Amino acid sequence: MTGLPAQTAPAVKETLSGGGPGPEAQGPSGNGWWNSDAGESTRRNLGLIGVLVGLIIIGIITRPDLYGRDGWVIDNIWSILKLGSTVGVVAVGMTFVIIGGGIDLSVGAIIALAGVWCTTVATQDFGTVGMIFTALVVGLGVGLVNGFLISYGRLVPFIATLAMLVAARGLAAQMSNKQTQQSRNTTINAIAADSFLGVPILVYILAAVVIIGWILLNRTTFGRRTVAIGGNVEAARLAGINVRLHTMMLYALAGLCCGIGAIMLTSIGTSAQAAMATNYELDAIAAVIIGGTLLSGGRGTIVGSLLGVIIFATITNLFALNGLSTEAQNMVKGGIIVAAVLIQQFRFKSVTQFFKRNKVTVSS
Amino acid sequence: MTQHDPVRRRFLLGGAALGAGALLAACTSNDSGDDNNAQTTGNNNASPNANTAPGKKVTIGFSAPAADHGWIAAITSNAKAQAAEYSDVTFNAVEAGADAAAQRAALSTLISQKPDVIVLLPYDGKELNAFGLEAMKAGIPVVNLDRAFPDALAYRLQIKGDNYGMGVAAGNYIAAQMKAKGVSAPIIGEIAGIDNLELTQERSKGFKDALTAAGLTIANRRAAGFTVDTGQAEMSQLLQALPKMDALWNHDDDQGIGVLAAATQANRKEFLMVGGAGSKAAMEAIVADNSVLKATVTYSPSMASSAISLARLIGQGKGMSDLVELQVPKEIILSSETITKENASTYLPLGFS
Repeated sequence: MTGLPAQTAPAVKETLSGGGPGPEAQGPSGNGWWNSDAGESTRRNLGLIGVLVGLIIIGIITRPDLYGRDGWVIDNIWSILKLGSTVGVVAVGMTFVIIGGGIDLSVGAIIALAGVWCTTVATQDFGTVGMIFTALVVGLGVGLVNGFLISYGRLVPFIATLAMLVAARGLAAQMSNKQTQQSRNTTINAIAADSFLGVPILVYILAAVVIIGWILLNRTTFGRRTVAIGGNVEAARLAGINVRLHTMMLYALAGLCCGIGAIMLTSIGTSAQAAMATNYELDAIAAVIIGGTLLSGGRGTIVGSLLGVIIFATITNLFALNGLSTEAQNMVKGGIIVAAVLIQQFRFKSVTQFFKRNKVTVSS
Repeated sequence: MTQHDPVRRRFLLGGAALGAGALLAACTSNDSGDDNNAQTTGNNNASPNANTAPGKKVTIGFSAPAADHGWIAAITSNAKAQAAEYSDVTFNAVEAGADAAAQRAALSTLISQKPDVIVLLPYDGKELNAFGLEAMKAGIPVVNLDRAFPDALAYRLQIKGDNYGMGVAAGNYIAAQMKAKGVSAPIIGEIAGIDNLELTQERSKGFKDALTAAGLTIANRRAAGFTVDTGQAEMSQLLQALPKMDALWNHDDDQGIGVLAAATQANRKEFLMVGGAGSKAAMEAIVADNSVLKATVTYSPSMASSAISLARLIGQGKGMSDLVELQVPKEIILSSETITKENASTYLPLGFS
């Protein structure tokens, strides 16, 4: 019976996202649940929601004419969610990998490879099921290769996934002969075009992946083991977790999310090419980080990652509405990432406490 | 957790993996039978002139950036196909690598092979200018394709398209259409390519200048990345920013696939769209007249074929037959032509895929 021994259980419980009232804990600025570690992720997520509300208010102030139009607001909300849907799905997988202490730089390349593979002439002849199957299996397979190289090959995740980034795009370019492959399949193309009960299908897919990801992280032993491995690998191994197998599965999960993303992106563009999903790894990692996941692992939430993705999509939307340049947009996004990480370091302590704490660590 | 039979479980997993692998391997085939897409002068069949008769043997060294999208891939395949049409040309392409530095390294091996002429599309004209000077000094004439060397001594012939002219052609077409439809203050959008490339800046300037001359302005401009998914993303946001639009110019037909997809997904058809570069798919859509795409302005990768033809003439010491002068000109700027439904049939063979 593989269970976690008692002493590691409280540490794991504290990191559940939006977890219920935990034991009375001494938080950074006082007692009570709100100030405890358990409440920290909720505080952070509320902070992110605050940022989102702020962005929306800026939008209303700068373009009141658009916000006044009939039906435009709902249209815009769906547009933002659709814009972030593919990165959102990838970010869910990336959250797992980063919480587990690793990183995956190859997600964009996996999407490109899966997309190209599922739109080849041969695969399209297999129909909708064939295309979806191919994309998912390619994503899963490449993820497994990543995981195998990292767990059993003992390669550093950064290096292994960097190599995969280059190799997968190369294979995609080879397979597609550097051409854009049009999808002739109307069902696949309809995924991005259609809505069901007023909600775009892409948003349904994003919601489904986020919900399943949340359940997996917070309500299953798989999720708890992920957090344990990310928090302290040696303790997790001594506790009986098969760290190597579990790490491999994390990368396979990320790959599977990329496979889903590939189907979505192929539908969005009604085609696939080797250059698709460029820089998606950076977008996903940035969203996961500002969502509150520690780059070193051991802590993170799915909700935070989703909020990170939505914040970036809203910024893109805001800049488009105001006709501002992409350069300015990128500088603002960079600034937000830095600000988010700095705020995380502060942890709502007072400024003097922050500097005092840093002085202590330097001298010791 | 109960212990299942580990041997059986591994057997099933292994079998599933093998099956999936076999199926995937079957899915890699891309042979649609539609292979010959190159745009060449077709010298063997078309009207021959004195220049097409085989002459002195010429070795042409060729380098272009590694293709990651259709236009660049078409450059290389066109060059190869055109060289194959001549019996007196030996075509020697070097692998370009991922960036200017890699291309420079590949090109130094080319000089040592002493070809008769070098045809080069540099990653960046300014960064590879020094190579051009070096080759010319070594006595090898350089044909500079598309992205221009700033130094006139670095090339024997510079052949490129007219980026500024592309923008002007698009602007003039839209201005004329808006006038014809009687739209008084048209809302015009622009989806550009990669913004930090000089060619994008030139195209946008041409577009803006042509519209200003007609008294019109651009309402909103977004920069995509020459890929389908970036084209779709930027267009989806542009459509949100402009709830009603009268005209749109998209710089590149490859990213245009995404731009059109975004328009279809948002159910918007009230505007007129002009494309750029002249891909076969875009021309077919113009002929079919079933989407918002009504015209495109060319920037054709057929310039690579022309470059090879002219490189051969330079190597043989001949001039162009329609000119009085005996030598090939120093600079050739191909004009950007506007393709609409009326003339699309003439241009269709020149469309690249």
